[in-house]
Amino acid sequence: MTTATEDLLGYEDLPALLTRMTGDEKHEPSATSTLDVLWVLYDRVLRVDPDSVHDPARDRFLLSKGHGPAAYYAVLAAKGFFPRHYLDDFGSYDSPLGYHPDRTRLPGVEISSGSLGHGLPLGVGVALGLRAQGFTDARTYVLVGDAELDEGSNHEAIAYAGATGLDALTVVVVDNRSATHGWPGGIGARFAAHGWSTATVDGRNHRALESALTTPLPGRPHVVVATVEDKH
Amino acid sequence: MDMRETFVAGTTAILDDDPRTALVLADISAAAFEPARERHPDRVLNVGIRESLLVGVAGGLAQTGLRPIAHTYAPFLVERAFEQIKLDFGNQDGNGVLVSVGASYDNAQAGRSHHAPGDVALIDTLPGWEIRVPGHPDEVGPLLRHAVGGDGSVYLRLSTRSNDTAHAGTDGRLVPLRTGHRAVVVAVGPMLSAVLAATVGLDVTVAYTNTVRPFDGAGLRELAGAVGDTVILVEPYLAGTSARVVDDALLDRPHRTLSLGVRRVDLHRFGTPADHDVAHGLTPDALRHAIAGFLLPG
Repeated sequence: MTTATEDLLGYEDLPALLTRMTGDEKHEPSATSTLDVLWVLYDRVLRVDPDSVHDPARDRFLLSKGHGPAAYYAVLAAKGFFPRHYLDDFGSYDSPLGYHPDRTRLPGVEISSGSLGHGLPLGVGVALGLRAQGFTDARTYVLVGDAELDEGSNHEAIAYAGATGLDALTVVVVDNRSATHGWPGGIGARFAAHGWSTATVDGRNHRALESALTTPLPGRPHVVVATVEDKH
Repeated sequence: MDMRETFVAGTTAILDDDPRTALVLADISAAAFEPARERHPDRVLNVGIRESLLVGVAGGLAQTGLRPIAHTYAPFLVERAFEQIKLDFGNQDGNGVLVSVGASYDNAQAGRSHHAPGDVALIDTLPGWEIRVPGHPDEVGPLLRHAVGGDGSVYLRLSTRSNDTAHAGTDGRLVPLRTGHRAVVVAVGPMLSAVLAATVGLDVTVAYTNTVRPFDGAGLRELAGAVGDTVILVEPYLAGTSARVVDDALLDRPHRTLSLGVRRVDLHRFGTPADHDVAHGLTPDALRHAIAGFLLPG
């Protein structure tokens, strides 16, 4: 990809990038629930950049909750993964930017998503595949939504990853209380019951997110519940 | 060895030889693969009774460059986890090998939950899948090695039903076994023995294949051209599954096609596979009646 002609942008530039996709000057919290988590991941956590998107030892980030991808596209564009003019054509027939991301169309996108409940099982497979090939420093991060956890396939993955101590896997649950029936007892408890280490942090606090996402916790998979404003 | 034992032995050898390969299980056949798991704990993964995860994990392994084999009973592999097959392989631009046991009504006594005559039709809704239906255990090893050694997505459908001998390799071509003048009968996988018995004394060509996708359309054109473009398909899964590829092969020629196979009925019956052959009209006698009845007076 040619990205050399564009400077990298910062967090403060993200609203303008979002506006290029949505046309709106103001952005509802529900449209940007993932924005800070994504920024912290790509700015401070993930060992991947536009030059290493094909490096087999790179960290993997799988956006499982693929709907409302404007924040994701904005962060990838700010970090130079693709030319920013892509943003102006969001969702058109020939645009690489669909209303759900497509990994075959956009550099840096690890999975095509849309149907909920696929990213976490795929992420378990990615983490296992990296381990089997000796890429022991590579971490796999999967972002899911709290309502996405309704999908049963997630719970197959949570149980298996916990039982096998898959410690190269980190799940981020962006929690805007949008699950119709909620999670009595808390989302973290669902993972903890299967042996995961858990942290619940303010999903707008960059320092807290960075700390929760980078603290080494060997021997078991890790979940960070990132709490943001209620969807409704 | 039956097909499943051949698959276990073949896959165990492949895992030893090729560090690029991995096997994902959902408890089914796990005991048989225990020696392989002990040698390759990072590449032989049993996720428990979790078929969505089985396919999702296989898709994830493929994303890291491994060549995954996912294996369980056909209804749980293909029907229960169908969206995972659709999205976690092809839509991710990834590929893998699916190997099922429990074809159609192999497990007749277990009832409808364990019958999967619709598996090939379902896989056939997806682009690019190769579908292999071996008719004898001796066909399984070469098909397995060919599938795993390649880069595409392959569905390998194993059965407890078998022909008397192996008849085809891995090239996917129709294999003519008898030559006649009034029709070509295409026998797929383990249907061949019944078809050979059914057509004794009938003036028909019998051709065998263990490969239905891609289908040998050129081979069919040649064989059908000599018999008035009359085609009779006999498939061990849903009747008519391959009718569209026959139509595609003979698009520019008037042709007649009879599609035989498992009927679209839920019998709510148990018994043996032979009982179900009777119910679906797939015994040699019933096949003979249907085939002879389709031939034009000549």
